[in-house]
Amino acid sequence: MHDAERVAAQAVERHRREPSQLLQVLVETQDAIGYLPAAALTRIAGLLELPRSRVEGVAGFYSFLHTEPVGRFRILFSDNIIDRMLGSRALMERLCRRLGVSPGQVSPGGEASVDITSCTGMGDQGPAILVNGVAVTRLDEARVERIAALVHAGTPLAAWPAEFFRVDDNIRRRGALLGADFVPGSALQAAMKRGRNGWLEEMRVSGLRGRGGAGFTTAVKWGACRDAPGADKVVVCNADEGEPGTFKDRVLLASQADRVIEGMTLAAWATGARQGLLYLRGEYRYLLKHLRAVLAVRRAAGLLGARILGESGFDFDIDIHLGAGAYVCGEETALLESLEGKRGTPRIRPPFPVTHGYLGRPTVVNNVETLAKTTLIALQGGAAFAATGTPQSTGTKLLSISGDCAYSGVYEYPFGVTIEHVLEDCGAHDPQVVQVGGASGVTIASHEFHRRIAFEDVPTAGAFMVFDGRRDPFEMARNFVHFFAHESCGFCTPCRVGTALLKGYMDKLASGKGAKMDLADIEWLDRLLKNASHCGLGSSAPNPVIDTLLKFRPAYERRLVSLDFKPAFDLDAALETARRMTGRDDPAAHLDRREEV
Amino acid sequence: MGGTFLFDGQPVPFEDGQTILQAARAAGRYIPHLCWHPDFPPHGSCKLCIVKVGGRHVSSCALPARDGMEVESNTPEINGERRALLQMLFVEGNHFCPSCEKSGNCQLQALAYELDMSSARFAHFFPDRPVDASHPDVLLDFNRCIFCELCVRASRDVDGKGVFALTDRGIHKHLVVNAESGRLADTDFAVTDRAADICPVGVILRKRVGFAVPIGERKYDRASISTVAMEKGE
Ligand SMILES: Cc1cc2nc3c(=O)[nH]c(=O)nc-3n(C[C@H](O)[C@H](O)[C@H](O)COP(=O)(O)O)c2cc1C
Ligand code: SF4
Ligand code: FES
Repeated sequence: MHDAERVAAQAVERHRREPSQLLQVLVETQDAIGYLPAAALTRIAGLLELPRSRVEGVAGFYSFLHTEPVGRFRILFSDNIIDRMLGSRALMERLCRRLGVSPGQVSPGGEASVDITSCTGMGDQGPAILVNGVAVTRLDEARVERIAALVHAGTPLAAWPAEFFRVDDNIRRRGALLGADFVPGSALQAAMKRGRNGWLEEMRVSGLRGRGGAGFTTAVKWGACRDAPGADKVVVCNADEGEPGTFKDRVLLASQADRVIEGMTLAAWATGARQGLLYLRGEYRYLLKHLRAVLAVRRAAGLLGARILGESGFDFDIDIHLGAGAYVCGEETALLESLEGKRGTPRIRPPFPVTHGYLGRPTVVNNVETLAKTTLIALQGGAAFAATGTPQSTGTKLLSISGDCAYSGVYEYPFGVTIEHVLEDCGAHDPQVVQVGGASGVTIASHEFHRRIAFEDVPTAGAFMVFDGRRDPFEMARNFVHFFAHESCGFCTPCRVGTALLKGYMDKLASGKGAKMDLADIEWLDRLLKNASHCGLGSSAPNPVIDTLLKFRPAYERRLVSLDFKPAFDLDAALETARRMTGRDDPAAHLDRREEV
Repeated sequence: MGGTFLFDGQPVPFEDGQTILQAARAAGRYIPHLCWHPDFPPHGSCKLCIVKVGGRHVSSCALPARDGMEVESNTPEINGERRALLQMLFVEGNHFCPSCEKSGNCQLQALAYELDMSSARFAHFFPDRPVDASHPDVLLDFNRCIFCELCVRASRDVDGKGVFALTDRGIHKHLVVNAESGRLADTDFAVTDRAADICPVGVILRKRVGFAVPIGERKYDRASISTVAMEKGE
């Protein structure tokens, strides 16, 4: 048997021929071979008894899976606007020159390929890259030169300087969660003492709302799952953290993993779930070993597994699933599809996951931070938790702060803090714009800095990107539009086509060919995306454009040529073939140089 | 239990479990649709069936009807948005109606007439999508695919074969067939499959029967798509 097929077969067997493990099988097969050859896909399909077309469909969906050969070193530059402000583009060009490769291509000898990828969650220590899936931080020219040398020498990743892979927590401000010590098991003991119902009641009193974006009340979600018919309930931790500029879940997973996993166990106690799944974004796979170790220690301590803390009937354990580069998989129903080994396409809702979730079973999906916060509620009680924050936003919020400020990192604030206050703390000297909540969030102009971080005012999943007077809000919006076009799952018409069209318009404006009519088209597309999209990705994709058009319209108008209509079709460029064929390059062979004739 | 909701101001009865679109159809009220088909569960991807309920846009093919709902469908606002969705579908593929064998039987074309789409408005993508003529009985012209997944669903759920699937994502999403070679001839697809006659546009075409009915005398040449849908249940 061919090597690739043997490797694929081994991966399938490791996952007990479970079709729901398809994505994990593909990830592991690629780890061993470098990419996914056609024969490997055929073999995997055969062993899992799935149509080959479905396997091909899944392999094609995820950015980090390759069905064509890639370089022995696959280098991906995080392309968030923050990485760019830190010089990522120039560094990528330098590396490409050193390796003799152009972006998106494989070097002639097959040693390396270089490309861009969506935000890797290292905005506080960028510019960042992924090398064969592993995060490398704080790139500068010197580091690029050393990486080029290591790649040329074929030095295996394991022998690269450990310093390259250092990821700091950068915790700058500690509140109730980050400031307190935590004894594993203590929150569980407190909640179990209250009984399952008493614990859910405590959650209700806390008023805790989800920290993943939508802000749904956690106790209501847990109660609905508990009451849903079906005995085999599931708790899922959403550690996909794909929103550009967000990295607080990374820090929680790295330094507060016990709290996160105990939070999942607390959810199991409330709902009666026996199975837990943690969906870890591919970009954070460097955390896999650490998380597995934490799970093992907790199993040994009786905090996971059968009869947790000696309680008969309280059985719960957790598996970790790895994502493979798809922002949409953070959307909870796409995440469930991905956990089932499918393309990450959001489901039709209703039904909701609390009644029909993972494999059709009642499922709670919660964000990393939400789950970590539940340990505070178990330990201090719901009323104490609700004493901080605002009436509709209880407790604290972790912010991932990056961009034009002196101290990037993670800050914990009680809800209700003003943007002004945060800007002062993080040492922002000339802040003009703050993008709160990531690419899909809200663009805040300086006259709004008095506004508050809270569900009542400026809601956020945690990103807080600062831009000073040197920056161009249009370029920020354009960067985010590219992000959404790249990440659209392509399921529904408005988002699949709308994000691609919007990208075209923004690029047309950027190239100085925009016309007034394009602004009307952009606003029309914004409306269609908002109204007609199937999921939150499409409906929030136009947010940065809507906000910047409203608040920074001159940044757009500056780019317009005065005409009402200017075709996107470039007549002069279309003559290029004819020029090449006739060997001409004189002014008369150019439309835009006719006046010189 | 069931109940009644208001559809463009008129009461429409519904039975439990019926979606807005199903109940409206049963009451003789047409809502445009492309990815929905009476024989299959809702898919919810094309979004042609959007309506407004209580000021919010929803997919009427997928949302269960509820008592007392107020649904807006045939309004300038919603039809304008539907037209734009059609324009999006036209520019993302390569649709040349005059030379297409499906002209007159194509739901995309028929809806464009129904909704007065007179231009493509947006810049064309002109994607490169090679055709697959390998199969003895059927031609696949991917240029016209609108990703309704009806072939995917019919082959998987009715024929039990899984001949079709989608791969890649976003604007690069495309149809593939169940063969390592990528050729339809190397799958177990048969012209008698349900998937062979489900395509609402002109991707899956039978060979040797083209133009048997002349253009001008076809289904949607004779009656509008809303009339066909309401009178023949198609
Ligand atoms: C496009 C999209 C991406 C999302 N990404 C994430 C994510 O990375 N992490 C997350 O916790 N929630 C994400 N969400 C929100 C989830 O759908 C879901 O609301 C959340 O996980 C629920 O957890 P919570 O109630 O604890 O916030 C995303 C939503 C959308 C629409
Ligand atoms: S809105 Fe975008 S991401 Fe969401 S289902 Fe539609 S295409 Fe997919
Ligand atoms: S018919 Fe409802 S989304 Fe296509």
